[in-house]
Amino acid sequence: MLIQAIAFYGFAGIAIAAAFMVIASRNPVHSVLFLILTFFSAAGLFVLLGAEFVAMILIVVYVGAVAVLFLFVVMMLDINFTELRQGFLQYLPIGATIGLILLVELLLVLGVWVTAPDVDAIVAAPTPALSVAHNTKALGLLIYTKYVYLFQASGMVLLVAMIGAIVLTLRKREGVRRQDISRQVARTPETGMAVVQVASGQGLVGAEYYVGPSARDNAIHQKAGE
Amino acid sequence: MDELLREYMPILVFLAIAVALGAGFLIAALVAAPSAPDAEKNSAYECGFGAFDDARRQFDVRFYLVSILFIIFDLEVAFCFPWAVALGQIGVFGFWSMTVFLGVLTVGFIYEWKNGALEWE
Repeated sequence: MLIQAIAFYGFAGIAIAAAFMVIASRNPVHSVLFLILTFFSAAGLFVLLGAEFVAMILIVVYVGAVAVLFLFVVMMLDINFTELRQGFLQYLPIGATIGLILLVELLLVLGVWVTAPDVDAIVAAPTPALSVAHNTKALGLLIYTKYVYLFQASGMVLLVAMIGAIVLTLRKREGVRRQDISRQVARTPETGMAVVQVASGQGLVGAEYYVGPSARDNAIHQKAGE
Repeated sequence: MDELLREYMPILVFLAIAVALGAGFLIAALVAAPSAPDAEKNSAYECGFGAFDDARRQFDVRFYLVSILFIIFDLEVAFCFPWAVALGQIGVFGFWSMTVFLGVLTVGFIYEWKNGALEWE
């Protein structure tokens, strides 16, 4: 029990400190790294609550993927960090308003919990005891049958996200030499090679010939070496 | 509940060891290591030629596409875990519920494959 309390205060303290550093650190990349630390601590808190599956999903999805995505977004946007700092006072009112609304919402939830202790009785899907079903199974028993419409809606949301990402970011480049293995295999000495009679001192003027990848690479290296 | 947390005890111990070890090395380096930085030592090291520019320059947007497609299928797999655990009790309805879900995402998968979103160049 003591270890549980120590772990709780440790995770909670790290979560709050890291969350503060997310907004306080000067470098956005450091902010994202602190955000990952916050997610990790929140996963530890979920484990302490007995919600193993949620904790693992938090690590797999948020830490593994969303944080990487945040890093990409931070690096893709051409942000001038000093310019970014100057808008602080400009955005202070709207940021403070949103923070205040969130605080009031949290206080309302906690207040209801305190003023109506029998609110547990009207929970639509109470968490079963650990001896009946563990967290993953308890979720599995609910998601796919009782909340089937929401489950299918989440599938639709994922589909929309997939198509949206492709429509917004996919662009085809022209003139790219793709590897086409069947064409490579179908190449014979007759199609791949030509014997040309070159008149002395004339060169191959007008003749079509292939500039291989090595020639292009050399050009790139020369450019880089400048 | 206590039984569950007892199973997580080794992870907590490993976490404490990892944090102590990492912090220990950093602090030891900070305290004990000689440090005489200059401009050449602090600049980014590139093998063979001078560094072009800042490491935090803009990426090609296609990296973003790859990672967002990865997240979507990551979530799809995450939905499969509770389903696999509870499949014995949610019956035929649960099975077809998941099949429809996977079918919807397969439509998206076919779309991105045919569109060439999975190919690099």
